[in-house]
Amino acid sequence: MNPAELHSLAEQERQRQKEQALRLFLCYSTPCLSAGADKVKSALEALIAERRKSGEVDLELVATGCMGPCSRGPLLRILSPEGGERMFEKLTPETACDILRRHWADEPPPVEPLAVDLPFFSRQTRIVLDNSGWIDPEKIEQSIARGAYGALAYVLREMNPEEVCNTIKSSGLRGRGGGGYPTGVKWELVRKSPAERKFVVANGDEGDPGAYMDRTIMESDPHRVLEGMAIAGYATGAEQGYIYVRGEYPLAAARLSRAIKDAERKGLLGSRILESNFNFRIDLRVGAGAFVCGEETALMTSIMGRRGQPVPRPPYPAQSGLWGYPTLINNVETFANVAPILKNGAEWFSGFGTEKSKGTKVFALCGEVVNSGLIEVHMGIRLREIVFDIGGGLPDGGAFKAAQTGGPSGGCIPAAHLDTPVDYESLKELGSMMGSGGLIVMNQGSCMPDVAKFFMEFCQDESCGKCVPCRVGTVEMHEILTRITNGAAVLEDLEMLEDLCRLVQESSLCGLGMTAPNPVLNTLEYFRDEYLAHIRDRRCPAEVCRLDKVPLLKLPEHARELAIFLKEKC
Amino acid sequence: MTTSVAAGRPNQDRQGENPRLQLLEKSLKKFHYQQDALIEVLHIAQETFGHLDEEILDYVSLRLRLPPSWVFGVATFYNFFSLDPQGDHVCVVCMGTACYVKGAGEIVARIEQAFSMKAGETTPDGKLTLMAARCLGNCSLAPMLTLDGEVLGKQTPEATLAAIQEKMRLVQARQEDTK
Ligand SMILES: Cc1cc2nc3c(=O)[nH]c(=O)nc-3n(C[C@H](O)[C@H](O)[C@H](O)COP(=O)(O)O)c2cc1C
Ligand code: SF4
Ligand code: FES
Ligand code: FES
Repeated sequence: MNPAELHSLAEQERQRQKEQALRLFLCYSTPCLSAGADKVKSALEALIAERRKSGEVDLELVATGCMGPCSRGPLLRILSPEGGERMFEKLTPETACDILRRHWADEPPPVEPLAVDLPFFSRQTRIVLDNSGWIDPEKIEQSIARGAYGALAYVLREMNPEEVCNTIKSSGLRGRGGGGYPTGVKWELVRKSPAERKFVVANGDEGDPGAYMDRTIMESDPHRVLEGMAIAGYATGAEQGYIYVRGEYPLAAARLSRAIKDAERKGLLGSRILESNFNFRIDLRVGAGAFVCGEETALMTSIMGRRGQPVPRPPYPAQSGLWGYPTLINNVETFANVAPILKNGAEWFSGFGTEKSKGTKVFALCGEVVNSGLIEVHMGIRLREIVFDIGGGLPDGGAFKAAQTGGPSGGCIPAAHLDTPVDYESLKELGSMMGSGGLIVMNQGSCMPDVAKFFMEFCQDESCGKCVPCRVGTVEMHEILTRITNGAAVLEDLEMLEDLCRLVQESSLCGLGMTAPNPVLNTLEYFRDEYLAHIRDRRCPAEVCRLDKVPLLKLPEHARELAIFLKEKC
Repeated sequence: MTTSVAAGRPNQDRQGENPRLQLLEKSLKKFHYQQDALIEVLHIAQETFGHLDEEILDYVSLRLRLPPSWVFGVATFYNFFSLDPQGDHVCVVCMGTACYVKGAGEIVARIEQAFSMKAGETTPDGKLTLMAARCLGNCSLAPMLTLDGEVLGKQTPEATLAAIQEKMRLVQARQEDTK
């Protein structure tokens, strides 16, 4: 396929869609599927087939990726050619069929559609999720009709690798995998590394609990990720890419592998892409359940078929990665930002967001909120807007206590900071992190020492065990937090906990250990009174913990002095 | 490719005896006996046999010419691979942050209590395996779990217990029918 053919294929498909009297979009991504979208689909299909038999109906049922408000699924959107759009929530096969029948009969629907001006939709800025919910991810034509591979075609014809790197650099795009490293700088490093082979890796491991952005992007718009990777390959001089998908995400893996095959068949991946001189292949790798494999060096060892244990950096992957060759690793969402940037220009992109954090961020908004689901907001939006406008506040009149961001490397943001702008720097200042984008809202029913214990248990389980501070430190910290939450702690324990936190932070080998203490330090800062209530008053203010153990040993005063003496001297 | 054929020779007899290993052999061939493909091969093996027993691990190590300790090391490193057979029913409760905040801990505790087991174990009669997972990526349906692969969202301890018992009852009824 050449660029002209790509263009005409897009035109053709757009024309076909325009001719449909009606287009039905049914969300067919994991959360809606588990809420019963598959049954709704077969019921609708049966109804449509029946109607077809009796006469002409030119309508199309599109099984799409995620539309956003996942907790309201299954969702159905009806689009008429005049542009009239209505969306229905929480469908059953019966109501869905009823809605369609009454639509044909020109009667009002049996249930109210979702309000179109719902702040959930109107407050979002969709760049990454632009296509999500509008295309069937398994039909490449539909992606192409919405512009997929257009940026790749443009780049191959009009730009040299250096220019591509410069565009990404000046767009201000930063890695969406957590750290926020400038993406363009990373690309430039790989481009400049001299080597006969190079690799591009998309990190779709997404180990952070409470986060499912990457899953949704891969499931809803796989071609966007592949296109981003191919552009990265051109910009850095790589001819081979790997996309590493978490083992828990079989649907994402299936849709990606289908997308790779379709793109290869159309000459959009593989050799001599779009009749240029550029070759780029992508292979899929499925993870096997280890959080630490999200860490870039561990991810590479896992791709090479070994135990996914991190190795010290430098050398950074940009110099020496897969099989010793320069390797570019970016998060899936980072790659999904690439095509729009090249299509619309760096300036357009840097028009979104704050001075240091450009563009948008996808969040998985979950926990105690009315609308939980997947949202995309511009950087710098206030946390309050996310929770109360988009999320619709807390259900049953609950009071907001904290928002957890950044997963096990992040922290909890208390109500006093609800007006913080959400960007890399501000979150870090609060002792939390952007992380990959899980945002979990908690109400008064959550106990903060218990939450800290939860994350420490996670890190203890997921520590790869290679270095001592992390392997032993997380166990010890978990032990202390357990004592606090079951009533067996004394005040000295708190001191020891803080010491341990600093020790593990400073002496661990990889990011897992370095950030494992964050949730503890952060909750200690904002919710210290809760820790004290557990220890001193043997009471859990949130009534979560069962304080049934008695402190075993209360250090006598002289022993305490001895401990302080030892700490100073040794 | 010649080397891999040679490496396989001493094992040829064993393969003939065991049809399961023949199946595995096919996927090994698909990956050209490349050592890098170890994780992919283990994935396929587990899918085919349900779990990875010693015989399978041994066989993989022979065919990929990797030390057995290497293969064992990889198989035990990743949570996904299970060296023990699983129960008739498998219940995986998500203990990710969103689910935990919404009360997944209580669900696990109640199942543990009802079946006198711990998460990660199989009941002695081999009927139920209970596992705790870290975020299955359905956080908007928290607390959620999967029961024999089927996703159940917005659960309560009562609803989960009822669903498990229902599954067991159905199987029992079917067994009695066939008798
Ligand atoms: C313990 C640990 C887990 C990580 N998990 C992920 C992950 O699941 N997904 C991801 O994209 N990055 C993860 N990262 C960050 C990666 O190491 C890496 O920085 C990132 O993929 C780079 O992509 P970016 O520049 O596009 O953000 C993790 C890091 C650590 C230390
Ligand atoms: S910090 Fe933890 S996870 Fe990282 S290498 Fe050390 S033991 Fe492994
Ligand atoms: S999966 Fe249907 S709206 Fe998210
Ligand atoms: S936290 Fe349970 S599915 Fe994500």
